[in-house]
Amino acid sequence: MGLVMPDFGLFFWMLLSFSILLFVLKKFAWGPILQALSDREKSIDDALKMAENAKEEMLILQSGNEKILKEAILEREKIVKEARDLKHSIIHEARQEAEVEANKILEQAKAAIERERAGAVSEIKILIANFSVEIAEKILQDKLADNAKQQELIQNSIDQINLN
Amino acid sequence: MTLLRSLIIVFVTFLATPTILSAKEEHAASDTISHKKFNTGDMIFSHIKDSYEWHITTIGHTHISIPLLVLLYSETTGFHSFSSSNFHHGEEAYQGFHIASEGKYQRKIVETLPDGSEVKPWDLSITKNVTSLFISIFLLLVIFLSVAKRYKENFARAPKGIQSWIEPIVVFICEDIAIPSIGKEKYQRYLPFLLTIFFFIFINNMMGLIPFFPGGANVTGDISVTIVLALFTFAITSYSGTKDYWMHIVNAPGIPLWLKIPIPLMPIVEIISVFIKPFVLTIRLFANMTAGHIVALGFYSLIFIFAEKSIFAGYGISVLTIAFTVFMGLLELLVAFIQAYVFTLLSALYFGLALEKHEHKDEAHHN
Repeated sequence: MGLVMPDFGLFFWMLLSFSILLFVLKKFAWGPILQALSDREKSIDDALKMAENAKEEMLILQSGNEKILKEAILEREKIVKEARDLKHSIIHEARQEAEVEANKILEQAKAAIERERAGAVSEIKILIANFSVEIAEKILQDKLADNAKQQELIQNSIDQINLN
Repeated sequence: MTLLRSLIIVFVTFLATPTILSAKEEHAASDTISHKKFNTGDMIFSHIKDSYEWHITTIGHTHISIPLLVLLYSETTGFHSFSSSNFHHGEEAYQGFHIASEGKYQRKIVETLPDGSEVKPWDLSITKNVTSLFISIFLLLVIFLSVAKRYKENFARAPKGIQSWIEPIVVFICEDIAIPSIGKEKYQRYLPFLLTIFFFIFINNMMGLIPFFPGGANVTGDISVTIVLALFTFAITSYSGTKDYWMHIVNAPGIPLWLKIPIPLMPIVEIISVFIKPFVLTIRLFANMTAGHIVALGFYSLIFIFAEKSIFAGYGISVLTIAFTVFMGLLELLVAFIQAYVFTLLSALYFGLALEKHEHKDEAHHN
């Protein structure tokens, strides 16, 4: 039957035109299209990967930041503490030094006062001695005016002096 | 498809403008023709078979059709090329050639030799199917070259227009047909062919569904066309066949020895299967597309069969016919895609089989 009998003309034209179609499409259509599709797939893939990487890096960066922040806080606390300690020690030292100095001054003052006092005492002693001599002189002059009394005194004094 | 064409014949008959069409002929009131009984088989076959002119419509006794180029080589008179309008719709002879109306060469050009016998010349005429083939190839080239240009300009751009129709199908063929059937390593070599046959078959199937001029030809329902497609698949399969593939055919491993010697049963079966594969591809596509056209035309014929009994029965049945043909048209849309898919998938599977490395070398030693 004619329906299932291949026709030479159509067979020939089909073979020819399909070969040309296949060649042209392969060379000028499928090549660029498939290339573009795979390029696009690759670029989307890359972009996704890059986004993923960026996210990870962000996380790392963030945790780094947090670490740095924590360290900074610690550092600050340390510095503040150190400063506080320093302040304390400076004040302390100053106080100590001041005390020492004060003591020293006090000591010196005391020594000076002592010295002055001693000076004054010895001067007073001399003065008193002088006054005593003068008084004694006056008394003696008075007493020695009477001969009898002179004798008695000499006698008393001789008695008191022990010759042993 | 032809269903729509049927509708067109009914409705557009009054609208058809014959200005661009040259082949126009007034038949003097020939009562013989007008009283000719409606022949369903003839009508259907004249629609699904190839012809030398592109028939558009008939108004009264005026045939409106596009004349096509006739190219012949006769062993006695050499080359001939002339317009098919010279045959006056198959009713007249020209330069010793005429279109056989019956017999072995029905609807083909035959040459009448001086002694009165008829022979078939080498016929390279640009028939209706060849023209339709050229139109769809032109369409394919326009579509895909323009799409390729867009891809070349910037691959990263989102698909637009026709490109967004093409791309999912290309990706589908790539990832759901080629890769699973052929394997990831070698599928790229076969992609151009697979894509080309898919779109070629699909476009031609769809063109066949269009009932009027640029479509309507039954290209993928012509066995000459499907044979060529299957031959391509066969040639590529045979060309890419590995040693394992051929060894498997000649000496299939894992088969009892008595099936091979003394009568080589299995080798014979295997060798037959090599040729059956393209044969099946040929028949499947051809039969599916032709069957769709025949069924739709059959429904359409009901109108005329009933109208011969009574004109009112004809009008009545036309409602049913139209409902059926619309349904068939939708079904054919599905079939147009499925057949393109099946042909591509089977081709890919055959390529995959030809490339397969069989892992039972040890068993082969036993035999």
